[in-house]
Amino acid sequence: MSAAAPGPAPAPPPGTAPAMLEIEALSAGYGAVQALTDVSLQVRQGEIVTLIGANGAGKSTLLMTICGDPKPRSGRIRLAGEDITGQPTHAIMRRGVAQSPEGRRIFPRMTVQENLLMGAESLVQGDPAPQMQQAFTLFPRLRERLSQRGGTLSGGEQQMLAIGRALMSKPRLLLLDEPSLGLAPLVVKQIFDAIRKLNAETGLTVLLVEQNANLALRLAHRGYVLVNGRITMEGPGRALLARPEIRDAYLGGGHG
Amino acid sequence: MAYAMQQLINGISLGMIYGLIAVGYTMVYGIIGMINFAHGDVFMIGAFIALITLLLLQMGGLMDGPAAILLVLLVSMVITALYGWSVERVAYRPLRGSFRLAPLISAIGISIVLQNYVQVSQGARPKPIENLLPGGIEVMRDGPFVVQFSYIQMLIIALTLGVLAAFTLLVTRTPLGRAMRACEQDRKMASLLGIDTDRTISLTFVIGAALAAVAGSMYLLRYGVIDFYIGFLAGVKAFTAAVLGGIGSLPGAVLGGLLIGLIETFWSAYFSVQYKDVAAFSILVLTLIFLPTGLLGRQEVEKV
Repeated sequence: MSAAAPGPAPAPPPGTAPAMLEIEALSAGYGAVQALTDVSLQVRQGEIVTLIGANGAGKSTLLMTICGDPKPRSGRIRLAGEDITGQPTHAIMRRGVAQSPEGRRIFPRMTVQENLLMGAESLVQGDPAPQMQQAFTLFPRLRERLSQRGGTLSGGEQQMLAIGRALMSKPRLLLLDEPSLGLAPLVVKQIFDAIRKLNAETGLTVLLVEQNANLALRLAHRGYVLVNGRITMEGPGRALLARPEIRDAYLGGGHG
Repeated sequence: MAYAMQQLINGISLGMIYGLIAVGYTMVYGIIGMINFAHGDVFMIGAFIALITLLLLQMGGLMDGPAAILLVLLVSMVITALYGWSVERVAYRPLRGSFRLAPLISAIGISIVLQNYVQVSQGARPKPIENLLPGGIEVMRDGPFVVQFSYIQMLIIALTLGVLAAFTLLVTRTPLGRAMRACEQDRKMASLLGIDTDRTISLTFVIGAALAAVAGSMYLLRYGVIDFYIGFLAGVKAFTAAVLGGIGSLPGAVLGGLLIGLIETFWSAYFSVQYKDVAAFSILVLTLIFLPTGLLGRQEVEKV
């Protein structure tokens, strides 16, 4: 694992690290709808990459297609060099991919503890205790809510639980879908800090989908812009943030 | 008084059998949202396998004592579970993701197939057996009327309670049970956590069929006569029990089973035996109209 500088500052972009996720000329969709067309994207080990775009651009579909549901219509997906195209979802997840999905999808009638244990389902070497400890360190709130049912948590707590649950399997690649959606700014900050810390301290590779382009591009080493199912721009996060097209389209534009 | 007492005993032991079948309906409904209308016939298969095993043991001269009953039960559970697995594999899995009515129709198809298969292979004549566990204990006596708690009824009640306790532990305490509940609450999320949801669904059918096999074997021992058609009526009554208890709720299925057993028994005892099925099915209609979520069913309010 490439050594990351300790401390809260974002780790330097690991420019030469080997690829964790490679997507080549991917097309996918649901039924008659083609949601993604000829998408190519790469995430290197230890990198935070963000995918920004408007509602309905195909961001969530891309994350779900990486997880094998829906299956790609054409193109290739490789995880750490191994081809995972067309494999069943559970098999892909067991190879070290975890997702905190759109809408969080907490199991409402399970306790916080059971939700976390579900996340450890694809943990290859048995003991979930250290992973659970890590989730508590990141989000102390989860420990306080341990025996509460998932459905009774607040939105922010559910988001923390969704990320904590995804981390339980010790993933190599973490997929995050709109973690800021519907949350108060303070909670959003807490969650983004946690992502930054995870990446810096453990070298976790993250692919982050966000509508909040400002936050996401500040956090990420690199970013991609998805418009109507196609990648239209890519580059280092802060460089994208400076581009006028991005400012106009995703950051409220105008005079600022 | 003594008469009512006897009816209570009869009603509970009948209700236990319905409860065991109802658990199978409610489990499958919980996990894939469909009513497995072939489940009653899986119960009938369980009874027939118990019968065949019993006859084989008798031919071998090995037929006495509780050990034999236990063996009959185990064989029936294993083979019936295999039937349950096959039914799901053949008739439901290929239709997953199809429109909602499709698996319901294939369930009815499988039900007809199983009935006709048993009718052709085993004959249409009812199959009687002798009572394997005659006798019982005398609970009370009122003049000439003796209230009896037969050994078979005791066996049914004890066995059902034991099986249900084991089953409850399985669902609440084991990783498989957790996976089953996860699939029930959000199947897509379960697969995103690395759970093979097809396998979990298969295992649900296997467990439901094994419970139905226990019910089928108990039915055979208690009533001593079975035919290829018993699955229909018992199945629809157990379905009624599941709806009454709240479809999707496991304790509800057992409670509903007990209530249906008691209602049917008391109705037969005090009103009319001919109309006992009418009584049971009126409950179904009344529940659906006035209490659609059942006694222990969940109201569909969840925080998003």
